Amino acid sequence: MPAEPTPTGAHASSTTGAGGPPRRLAQAALRDLPWEIGVAKPDPAIVVDGVVRTFGGLTAVSVDHLEIQRGGITGLIGPNGAGKTTLFNLLTGFDQPDGGSWSFDGRPLGKLSPHQVARLGVVRTFQLTKALSRLTVLQNMLLGAQGQRGEGFFRALVPGIWRAQEEANTEKAMDLLRRFKLDAKKDDFAGTLSGGQRKLLEMARALMSDPKVVMLDEPMAGVNPALTQSLLGHVKDLREQGMTVVFVEHDMDVVRDISDWVVVMAAGKVIAEGPPESISQNKAVVDAYLGAHHDAPLTIEDEDRVLAEAEATIAHGEQTDDVSRAGRRTKKRTDR
Amino acid sequence: MAELLDALAVALKAGIGFQAVFFALLAIGLNIQFAYTGLLNFGQIAFAMLGGYGIAISVAQWGLPFWVGVLIGIAAAVLLALLLGIPTLRLRADYLAIATIAAAEGLRLTFRSVSATPITAGTRGLSGFSDPFVALAPWDTARRYSLLGTRWSGADLWVTLVGWILVALACLLVWLLVRSPWGRVVKSIREDEDAVRALGKNVYVYKMQALVLGGVLGALGGMVYAVGTASATPDQYQNANTFLAYAALILGGAARVLGPVIGAMLLYFIIQFADTGLRTLIGNGVIPEDLLSATDVAQIRFMIIGLGLILLLIFRPQGIFGDRREVMLDAR
Repeated sequence: MPAEPTPTGAHASSTTGAGGPPRRLAQAALRDLPWEIGVAKPDPAIVVDGVVRTFGGLTAVSVDHLEIQRGGITGLIGPNGAGKTTLFNLLTGFDQPDGGSWSFDGRPLGKLSPHQVARLGVVRTFQLTKALSRLTVLQNMLLGAQGQRGEGFFRALVPGIWRAQEEANTEKAMDLLRRFKLDAKKDDFAGTLSGGQRKLLEMARALMSDPKVVMLDEPMAGVNPALTQSLLGHVKDLREQGMTVVFVEHDMDVVRDISDWVVVMAAGKVIAEGPPESISQNKAVVDAYLGAHHDAPLTIEDEDRVLAEAEATIAHGEQTDDVSRAGRRTKKRTDR
Repeated sequence: MAELLDALAVALKAGIGFQAVFFALLAIGLNIQFAYTGLLNFGQIAFAMLGGYGIAISVAQWGLPFWVGVLIGIAAAVLLALLLGIPTLRLRADYLAIATIAAAEGLRLTFRSVSATPITAGTRGLSGFSDPFVALAPWDTARRYSLLGTRWSGADLWVTLVGWILVALACLLVWLLVRSPWGRVVKSIREDEDAVRALGKNVYVYKMQALVLGGVLGALGGMVYAVGTASATPDQYQNANTFLAYAALILGGAARVLGPVIGAMLLYFIIQFADTGLRTLIGNGVIPEDLLSATDVAQIRFMIIGLGLILLLIFRPQGIFGDRREVMLDAR
């Protein structure tokens, strides 16, 4: 990876470094890294090398090198179709790449099936929430526990083997449910929960497995602003408990608020990475969001609209430094 | 009136006879596969046929002891489940449905084909294999006994009793399984397999276990049927029976331990009552001969079953034992 001269993040972290020392260990560790693609992290939990996934002629993911810092929150952003979810699927074994290798704690994860990856301590949630509708909330939680003796076919027939473990797991599940304020719903079918509650349940269920890495695919999508705040709090809690968090998100405010490091993808490639403050200044990122259609044929109406929006953005550019937010607006329109 | 009471008694006998045991065991198997694990097995009758023929061929053709035949039948069902499951269980649910329905028809046609005649005796079928089992009965099987106003042969009574013991054991097994963590995993697979994979469970193994277990129960059902009728012909094992077993399951209440059992009893009672009842009514002229002749009854009774199922799905989709709240909770 050619090292370009880029500004180091020494001054950048001063804008958000308000938190207490234990909260921002990863941020401190990442502070002096150069803002370049594929930069080596001081303590990487996940290392991705040359992972390529193509669907027919389309290269969905092509990541040369990427490291994810242990104990930090890494945000993964990018326009729709950038390959974020595909990368998630590859890392968690739900999809197999055409080539490349990736490892967790130095253990290669290639060729492992999803359940094997999960057993190593890498759990994920899904963009479309997967609450198990016709199971109760508590049963959903209990499913998340690992190493259950009663899950074997023959041992299941002898309750004495698994009852004690089941009780311990139930206690743990109730603790988590209380934390996520779902304890009153423990006997309700998960299918009766609201969308936001399902997101909470899915996150709580993932935590039942005592994961080392939590991968959240759009945890805030379709959640009302009040609940977003509580979800954010929970994600920060994960970091405080020493877990590594990787999440995909579209809301730049959220990304800026909680991530220690941001990785930007576009068209399957990592186009930038750095602390959250560095991203909105990055030209490649702005291009990816604003110029998503620059080489595609546009109708005259589309062209006029994009032009008008671009002009408006430039006109207001001095007042609002939030370029990416404008980018997001443009993307939503053009995606239609 | 007395004739209708007779029809009722005949239907009652059918509802607790070995045919009901047959459907109950098929439906308990489907309950595990379909209602708990979400596997679409549309060829349950193939497992039953392997069970029945496992005994019939081993005893009548190869001269092996009866219990070796039982083991061979069970082993054949396990093998079929593995053969069907290995290629399809990693794919979407539809593929298992296609493979099982094709296997059921294919196996029946193979068993009745000319080239298989040296082993299966073709369409004539096999008989005379049930005697060692009937000989185990603690009572005189040559006599006839009176029970609940109906007459039973000693052999029927013995097969039926053993059949219901099997059903009770199967229910106990299902009850133990579904309240355990194993049951929680398979129910979760029914809801969403990817979520279960992401939590570190090997979905493929659980689906295979459910498929094999359901298939073995189906094979036991086929054995009861073969021993009960004292013969095994391929056309006893029409795939329509699979769907009647599904009907029994839905009637009784899917994903309930006793649902398929009560459903099978009721279903067979209704089929038999519609049959004898209609014949009686035609016989004594209540239904005019021009409207409905006795030969139509065999078809009409299934139309009645179909109508009943439609009404059931409209007014009580959860079946007899089901929880309406749960059935109505349609997330997908």
